[in-house]
Amino acid sequence: MSTGVTEKTQTTIGGIRRKFAPWNDPAAVPLIRYENVSKRFGEFTAVDNLSLDIYEREFFALLGPSGCGKTTLMRMLAGFEDPTEGRITLAGQDLVGMPPYKRQTNMMFQSYALFPHMNVMDNIAFGLKQDGMEKGAIAARVEEMLKLVKLEKFAKRKPHQLSGGQRQRVALARSLAKRPKVLLLDEPLGALDKKLREETQFELMDIQMQLGMTFLIVTHDQEEAMTVADRIAVMDHGKLIQVAPPAVIYEHPNCRYVADFVGDVNILEAKVETVEPGNVALYTGIGGGAKLSIAQNVEAKPGDTAFVAIRPEKVRIDIDPPAWQEANCLRGEVWDIGYLGDLSIYHVELEGGVRIKAAKPNLTRMVERPITWEDKVWVSWTPDAGVVLTR
Amino acid sequence: MRKGLSWFNTTSIALGFTFLYLPIVLLVIYSFNASRLVTVWAGFSTEWYWKLLQNDQLLEAAWVTLRVAFLSASVATVLGTLAAIALTRYGRFNGRILFSGMVYAPLVMPEVITGLSLLLLFVAVNFDRGFWTITLAHITFTMCFVSVVVQSRLVTFDRSLEEAALDLGCPPLKTFFVVTLPIILPAVVSGWMLAFTLSLDDLVIASFTTGPGATTLPMRIYSQVRLGVTPEINAICTILIAIVTVVVVIASVITKRQEVARERAERLAAAG
Ligand SMILES: Nc1ncnc2c1ncn2[C@@H]1O[C@H](COP(=O)(O)OP(=O)(O)OP(=O)(O)O)[C@@H](O)[C@H]1O
Ligand SMILES: [Mg+2]
Repeated sequence: MSTGVTEKTQTTIGGIRRKFAPWNDPAAVPLIRYENVSKRFGEFTAVDNLSLDIYEREFFALLGPSGCGKTTLMRMLAGFEDPTEGRITLAGQDLVGMPPYKRQTNMMFQSYALFPHMNVMDNIAFGLKQDGMEKGAIAARVEEMLKLVKLEKFAKRKPHQLSGGQRQRVALARSLAKRPKVLLLDEPLGALDKKLREETQFELMDIQMQLGMTFLIVTHDQEEAMTVADRIAVMDHGKLIQVAPPAVIYEHPNCRYVADFVGDVNILEAKVETVEPGNVALYTGIGGGAKLSIAQNVEAKPGDTAFVAIRPEKVRIDIDPPAWQEANCLRGEVWDIGYLGDLSIYHVELEGGVRIKAAKPNLTRMVERPITWEDKVWVSWTPDAGVVLTR
Repeated sequence: MRKGLSWFNTTSIALGFTFLYLPIVLLVIYSFNASRLVTVWAGFSTEWYWKLLQNDQLLEAAWVTLRVAFLSASVATVLGTLAAIALTRYGRFNGRILFSGMVYAPLVMPEVITGLSLLLLFVAVNFDRGFWTITLAHITFTMCFVSVVVQSRLVTFDRSLEEAALDLGCPPLKTFFVVTLPIILPAVVSGWMLAFTLSLDDLVIASFTTGPGATTLPMRIYSQVRLGVTPEINAICTILIAIVTVVVVIASVITKRQEVARERAERLAAAG
């Protein structure tokens, strides 16, 4: 489909591997375009001069802290808010001024917004009736949707007779029923338990692939975003901080904010010493002073302050100094150990009080720990494990 | 949670209820009195109810009253509901505070003043006074009650329901009729009933705004009572009481049911 430079390969349902990266293709035409869009409520800026392209058949996730403008961004696409500045186009058509009931988008609301005076079936059929679809076809579609969200037995119930999770699934079915070009999902799975949530995530991906729809999902759960999305946008204060496929967001965050927001991370302040193509050497005062070396291209000059971000699972922890390595080695003392079942998280306090987290998979049943509280240890990592961040 | 009522509380409740309802109970009892003398009991009889059916004046007045009440309550419900929507929806339009204050004014305005000012208006525009002026006057003063009832429902109305309907392709006007109205309907119905009973009862405003040929039941009763209370009056009053009671009971049952349903939904939401 595209001839991008760094195409992303993603494993999805049923082990199908697909290559899908229209954002790397200069010839690809985006389905949804936000062009310098701002939204202000009085003095308050909820969305701040934001530009974003989303492509057809993409599963796009918005990630960000509460109040950063995710819902507002969606509501502008659905037509409930007009941008204060800028414009939004859908399939080349300018959306500004077009009322919501004429847009080819459907939204699943954060509050579900089920019609309380209609039963589950009528709720799902509502959108189809507006289109003037014939009765038989409506019934068939409703049936199909009920099956999809596993609510066949609840077709005749009113929303107040359903549990929170069931209501959420009705809302999902209702927004899917019309098979819109673009489906907007505002925290669609928040009320589901972990198992059902994971199942539904895969179902969503399945539906999205089968029907060839474009999904825009808001979520607080970064794991969910990583699982379902082709690309993730990390937002803060109405701005996009980074837009990239999940693996890039995780392994190559473009700033400390993203590194910190997605997953667990250790961040060490350091001074740049030498910059070479493909490698940067730094010196940190933490832990009594140590050399750091990261295999990465960085735009920085010697003397600049930079930050080294390193994920806990990439940090080694040893009793003896790792002789094979001269850089990226720090000495400390085990301050705490968090046992998570599959992993143990070692919190190592370096000289000077900075703490570093190292995650170790528990490969065997643990009777006695080789490393325990107050042990003197070395933490280390390889040059290709960390990233240098200048922001 | 429930505590036994103390002697003091029991007495005060008993006194209060006696004060409120004894006159009404007496009136109902004497409407079944066989004697023509209102205060002397002479055995049970439904005679006065039969007599009523032959009293054309009273029947005529009752018919006028019902028509006025029905018509004014219906119009007031439409206008009051629209006002309530405007007041809750359009958060910050110019003059909102003035407008909402003005909608509530008739609620606290002495009826005499409302009546008098309406009379002045009708005279000023040279409107023939009669059935239509009473109806108009009743619309004016009952509308604000409807608006209050509907507004109290609208403040808890989840606007995302309307947005969901719009999102699914339903145009705004249709959304109002298929989503908003069915949900707030119980409040609208209570509002109608309130307006209906208020119009049914009204004496002061009707007296000010009426003209020849349009005498309402309260006016007829009042003018007859000045000549002396007859058992017939007791009978018609009993019927009026029955109508008002039925309407009020229905309205409160609707409100109560709605509350219970909402509470249950909230509990479920909290639990789920
Ligand atoms: N109608 C409004 N009037 C005034 N401020 C608003 C309005 N709608 C949203 N805001 C503000 O805009 C900001 C962004 O809101 P938004 O609902 O987009 O956040 P969000 O990212 O979806 O948050 P959450 O994750 O909690 O749902 C918030 O600070 C909110 O208070
Ligand atoms: Mg939100």
